[in-house]
Amino acid sequence: MTAPSPDNNPGPGTSPAMDGEMVPAAPLGRPSRAEVCVVACAEAWRGDGAILASPMGLIPTLGARLAQLTFAPGLLLTDGEAHLLAPDGADVPDGADGPDGTDGDGRVTEGWLPYRSVFTMVAAGRRHVLMGAAQIDRFGNQNISCIGDWSRPKAQLLGVRGAPGNTINHPVSYWVPRHSRRVFVDRVDMVSGVGYDRAGALGPRAARFHELRVVVTNLAVLDFQTADHTMRLRSVHPGVTAGDVTAATGFPLAIPGDVPVTRLPTGQELALIRGQLDPAGLREREIP
Amino acid sequence: MWEKEWRILITNLDDVVGELRSGMTIGIGGWGSRRKPMALVRAILRSGLRDLEIVSFGGPDVGLLIAGGHVRRVVCGFVSLDTIPLEPHFRLSRQRGAVELTELDEGMLHWGLLAAAHRLPFLPIRAGLGSDVQRVNPELRTVRSPYADGEELIAMPALRLDAALIHLNRADAAGNGQYLGPDPYFDDLFCLAAGRAYLSCERIVPTAGLLASGPPQSLLVNRAMVDGVVEAPGGAHFTSCVPDYGRDEAFQARYAAAAADPTDWQRFRAEYLAGDEPSYQRAVRRFADRQAGISEPAASP
Repeated sequence: MTAPSPDNNPGPGTSPAMDGEMVPAAPLGRPSRAEVCVVACAEAWRGDGAILASPMGLIPTLGARLAQLTFAPGLLLTDGEAHLLAPDGADVPDGADGPDGTDGDGRVTEGWLPYRSVFTMVAAGRRHVLMGAAQIDRFGNQNISCIGDWSRPKAQLLGVRGAPGNTINHPVSYWVPRHSRRVFVDRVDMVSGVGYDRAGALGPRAARFHELRVVVTNLAVLDFQTADHTMRLRSVHPGVTAGDVTAATGFPLAIPGDVPVTRLPTGQELALIRGQLDPAGLREREIP
Repeated sequence: MWEKEWRILITNLDDVVGELRSGMTIGIGGWGSRRKPMALVRAILRSGLRDLEIVSFGGPDVGLLIAGGHVRRVVCGFVSLDTIPLEPHFRLSRQRGAVELTELDEGMLHWGLLAAAHRLPFLPIRAGLGSDVQRVNPELRTVRSPYADGEELIAMPALRLDAALIHLNRADAAGNGQYLGPDPYFDDLFCLAAGRAYLSCERIVPTAGLLASGPPQSLLVNRAMVDGVVEAPGGAHFTSCVPDYGRDEAFQARYAAAAADPTDWQRFRAEYLAGDEPSYQRAVRRFADRQAGISEPAASP
């Protein structure tokens, strides 16, 4: 299957969106690949209700904020430190001074969540994190710790951070800005986030809170909705074929007969991304 | 009247380090590149301490101590400079096999400190199950719930510390310490998990002045938890110590670039780490002046 090519330099012009919805014409133009990714990340949190959304990376952060502003208003979001920030409802342009109590970013502090409380939210299961992966395998085992032999790695990365606790306690999704065989590997070097095979081996009681929701990449959205919970191609972004995705993946992917195109941003979503959430366009730098 | 019966715990950076011994397990407060007791870390860099086991939500504290050759083992869930994700010294030392590592989920680290603070041998936790944290820590055991659920969990052992080092915004002479930023991190647990706890702060104030800066709940540690207090203005530099100061991003970038290059690191050491704390703070001011484009005064003819 093929899908229309995205426009990475949105300019004036009328373009019907690919899902049939009419995207407003100039000045919005067509969605860029990064904007498709923002919406795909936002979709990860659809239906989650009032839980802590923890995005890692810019595009997941824009996605979480977009979801909070539109179809998932219950989400809790932090400022990356200890404040929980909610939309203030005032129409304040990004970076401008807001009314009293706002941060000038269209947001207001609604709560306090220091790291110790984040750990409690993790253990309580009231969280869905969308984090990165230096490596991920077909069962969703993820590595952010190091590349090579753990005892003397070729490349020391972050360490496991909270990935073991996240994956055993609450829903987890992943964001891979450069979909490649270096990331999508047969076997990860240090299992940080737990995949479905290892969770299954722990037995139903220990694994009852384990759930990997989606893997969003610069090419596609993937999930684990197969009989054996191996990774499946869920949708391809506009301009990407299923063949492009399998070529960039180092293990066999489950490919449904008809792979849909990832949902495109609505006109409202594009306006929010471009006008309010990321007017400087930094999202375009996070993907190749 | 009561105050007269309190111990006056004011000491100095080098005397704190004089209380430490090679081979000790030392916990360091803060998180990543946030409110780290960097003046105390710099004092260790001037010491002959060796073979330390460092327990930390790791940042440049871990990197600097490794670079100085003071560390045998790091116990952590990560070592990061936050805005610069990877700590260069930690990274290089791991890739050389030059430092031992106990790699834990960061929630396990919290639980190990809590167990030690509570004088428990371990605390059960779900984090770690199924991950390679179990593979790389073969001494880690699981425990089965004695109740009807029978659930098997990780038995996170207590992380008992010989000493803890923390940095707060304010303290009094008796060791009551106050944080004024948004996050206490785990500094109170580090103190309670340790045999001896040392607190550096931006400013020592009279006890009666503590509540002038923040509400009662900002008084994170009390004098029963602390064995020494040091006034060290700029003592968390270059990590953040809000609201007194934010992270010095320009200096951190300079540190990270130097740390990744052995020749540049020798220059950095000579310029910033060869002298005592006042000389470090003077060098940092010169760096800030250069950043601001203020030229050095011309030498008189």
